[in-house]
Amino acid sequence: MSAKAKLATVWLDGCSGCHMSLLDIDERILAVAEQADLVYSPLVDLKVFPEMVDVTLVEGAVSNEEDYAKIKKVRARTKILVALGDCAVTTNVPGMRNPFKVEDILNRAYLENAATNQHIPVAVIPPLRQTSLPVHQVVDVDVFVPGCPPSADTIFYVLTELLAGRTPDLLGKTRFGI
Amino acid sequence: MNQPTQARIFTLKIDGVDVAAREHETILELAQENNIFIPTLCHLEGLTEFGGCRLCVVEVQGSNRLFPACMTTVTEGMEVTTDSERLRVYRYMILGMLFSERNHVCSVCVSNGHCDLQFLAAKLGMTRVEMPYLHPSMVVDASHQHFIMDHNRCILCQRCVRVCGEIEGAFTKGVMGRGASSRIIHDLNGAWGDSKTCTSCGKCVNVCPTGALAEKGKSAGEMVKRRDWLPYLRSMQED
Amino acid sequence: MMIEKFAAITAEERQAENEHDHTIKVCVAAGCLSSQSNEVLTALKNGLGEHRGCHVKGVGCMGLCSQGPLVAVATKTNATPQTVMYQNVKAEDATEIVQALGKEPVARLALNTDVPFFQRQTKIVLENCGAIDPERIEEYIAAGGYQGLLTTLTESSPSEVIDEIVRSGLRGRGGGGYPTGLKWTTVAKMDGPGKYVICNADEGDPGAFMDRSVLESDPHRVLEGMAIAGYAVGASEGYIYVRGEYPLAVERLKIAIRQANRLGVLGSKVCGTTFDFNVHIRLGAGAFVCGEETALIASIEGKRGTPRPRPPYPAEHGLWGKPTLINNVETFANVPAIIRKGGAWYATIGTAKSKGTKVFALAGSIQNTGLIEVPMGMSLSEIIHEIGGVPIGKCKAVQTGGPSGGCIPAAYFDTPVDYESLKALGSIMGSGGMIIMDESSSMVDVARYFMEFCMSESCGKCVTCRVGTVHMYNLLDKIYQGKAWRRDLNTLEKLCDLVMNTSLCGLGQTAPNPVLSTLRYFRHEYLNKLLDGAEDGRMATAATTQPLEARP
Repeated sequence: MSAKAKLATVWLDGCSGCHMSLLDIDERILAVAEQADLVYSPLVDLKVFPEMVDVTLVEGAVSNEEDYAKIKKVRARTKILVALGDCAVTTNVPGMRNPFKVEDILNRAYLENAATNQHIPVAVIPPLRQTSLPVHQVVDVDVFVPGCPPSADTIFYVLTELLAGRTPDLLGKTRFGI
Repeated sequence: MNQPTQARIFTLKIDGVDVAAREHETILELAQENNIFIPTLCHLEGLTEFGGCRLCVVEVQGSNRLFPACMTTVTEGMEVTTDSERLRVYRYMILGMLFSERNHVCSVCVSNGHCDLQFLAAKLGMTRVEMPYLHPSMVVDASHQHFIMDHNRCILCQRCVRVCGEIEGAFTKGVMGRGASSRIIHDLNGAWGDSKTCTSCGKCVNVCPTGALAEKGKSAGEMVKRRDWLPYLRSMQED
Repeated sequence: MMIEKFAAITAEERQAENEHDHTIKVCVAAGCLSSQSNEVLTALKNGLGEHRGCHVKGVGCMGLCSQGPLVAVATKTNATPQTVMYQNVKAEDATEIVQALGKEPVARLALNTDVPFFQRQTKIVLENCGAIDPERIEEYIAAGGYQGLLTTLTESSPSEVIDEIVRSGLRGRGGGGYPTGLKWTTVAKMDGPGKYVICNADEGDPGAFMDRSVLESDPHRVLEGMAIAGYAVGASEGYIYVRGEYPLAVERLKIAIRQANRLGVLGSKVCGTTFDFNVHIRLGAGAFVCGEETALIASIEGKRGTPRPRPPYPAEHGLWGKPTLINNVETFANVPAIIRKGGAWYATIGTAKSKGTKVFALAGSIQNTGLIEVPMGMSLSEIIHEIGGVPIGKCKAVQTGGPSGGCIPAAYFDTPVDYESLKALGSIMGSGGMIIMDESSSMVDVARYFMEFCMSESCGKCVTCRVGTVHMYNLLDKIYQGKAWRRDLNTLEKLCDLVMNTSLCGLGQTAPNPVLSTLRYFRHEYLNKLLDGAEDGRMATAATTQPLEARP
């Protein structure tokens, strides 16, 4: 293990807003970079999740089979798993489909409401799971950072604390919805 | 028989502090006077107490039972604890139950930022809901000209039912069903817009703690509720 | 004068009885009726033909419901009067039974009554059940009925009546076991006027039919108990809250109230005294929670049947805000006997803290399904093995107290049945349902069944009961289906603790009991159903990490 901590971010079923908010820490990213290497992220080019990561931020709910397989692998290779944002913590908007059947949703989206090329895709797109789940219903989560999205300040605080080996205390710093 | 005209005053301890209270005062009122925070949801000043949300339960020395602060009156020598590890765990779980019961999606809710449920979650440091979400299928009644009722966001505190009957005197709102299938209804379970008894006063909308009742045309985060009128209307009734 | 009226009625009844050598009693309570005992009754009446020395009548429950329709033939011609009981009687058997009158009983139908089921019972509440026609006040009076009320009104002060109840040691038979005398004293001490007496006949526990049988078999007994209570506490209005699912009980109560009013033992100027007591019937609409006293009161008031926190208790703030005495059917049914024979007599029966008898409804994997009344303190083993006829070793556990109660394993069957002993075992006396379970019953399934009941019967007012029962049911179902992990069991236990401690009323507070008691005695059954290996279903943290403590 190098002197610098290994930091990763993953993007499951979410809008990427949490990643945007992460980028909103602006120049403070330099301070993070001094302490950690970003070893895997939608923001960088690596295609394979490394074997051992210190901190992984997870954006998004677990909605399809690819999310499910990915989060299992990420969990196995991560020391501290952070559920970042409401989708990861509560399922948020991705979970709004949960009262309905997957078949009904697909029919509505790809058949009833499609003007052209009406068919339900079976290839390329991973199949949806029956219900969208918050990350902690699938794997253990160490830190929960609610917010839609959590503010850049909150994310920076969480990163600083974790990289310094402390547990972030989020009381008063963020909440569901924001 | 001597009839005391003066209310009796009790002395008791709340969180270790000696305080004086008038008889018939509730533990919640006493706590609020002394700037002690007890979480509440179904309670609203100006409405009769309901005792349904169970968030305000407190410990009273000498009893294993927990007591709802909103409906328990003070007694002489009582020793009340409003905050303990046990109470914190219970309140946290109860709040989690409310979030898990229906479909609360703060980010897209009209009441985002002005919601009692959301506020309490933040205040109690709730960062996740441990219990699995039940995500029931719920309807939205948008038949009223001015207001909208979204059952997905309802926590069944019945503030709307109480204000409708007790303050407005319309008795439009009621409850049907049992247990988790309980639901707020209008008249005999008709569409709100078809109600002949609803006066469209909007009191229910303003007392609703969440985004379940909102004004039409308000978008996410825009629904700010005003409740300052309620204690005045109540005191006018009492006079 | 009422006393002469009673004497005349009794004399007439005796004379009518003496005119017949034989009396054929056919059970027309719900159990036997459901196997067409009304047809048996008609067939017997028709089958008599020219036989003048015999009288046929419908009576209440004789107890051994599983062998119904039951018919009892009392004969006086022999040196010693004797009674023969017939079981599983069909309308076709009528001729044969009539032909056998005064001769050898019909062997293929005869029921041996020289067995513990009949011999080991002590009948106080059920003394008239199966003996008198529930639709005739005259028979109740001839059996000594309403005499307690009459003596009370003419010879005792209200406080003397309460003293008698206190002395008897009677405790509430609805389940809680609150001392009845104390409850009466409290209501009596409250300022009047305008107090109420309520009889809780909203019997809703699955497998329980004690109150139903009493109301169907001996309704006047309950009315008399209520009137005595009304006099003692100073109430002149009484309500009986009967569940709507008991149409026969309601019908018989209506008849009984009409007869009692006409005779002057209810209504205004009861028995010619200055005491008024009017009894009204209110029907429940099928909600279990309305058996909870505050919800019951709300329902009588015409509101949605939901409970409210106590205190204030109904004794202080009850129906229409007035002091209200609320007791269950069986409690009131004990009262006439206590008044007639004295509290001291009653206190000789039972144990030190639990006096008198208790009616139980035996159901489940048991030979003698039915209604029994035994002295408090009889052991579970005597009830189940001897009276119930279940061979030793063939019974795994008994569920008492319904959805608020628990399961007691066979190893504890030596325990005497009284309020404290059952509580110590994690169950409750409850209203008197006893469901006997054999080895084929899965305890997880039993807990799941009762949780499903509580879930659908929760009124929805308080969060912990409304949502907690759903989560607990889902977890129990997951465990039963073999899809749960250790973590789910932990969550279930946490939920039980929460719901028990924070729910508004008794329904929620006791809803976890079936889970807790099965966990206590049959934990291995839960553990056997959990998925093997890992501690939980979710993939845990990477091996090298110490998991961070997340709030809270």
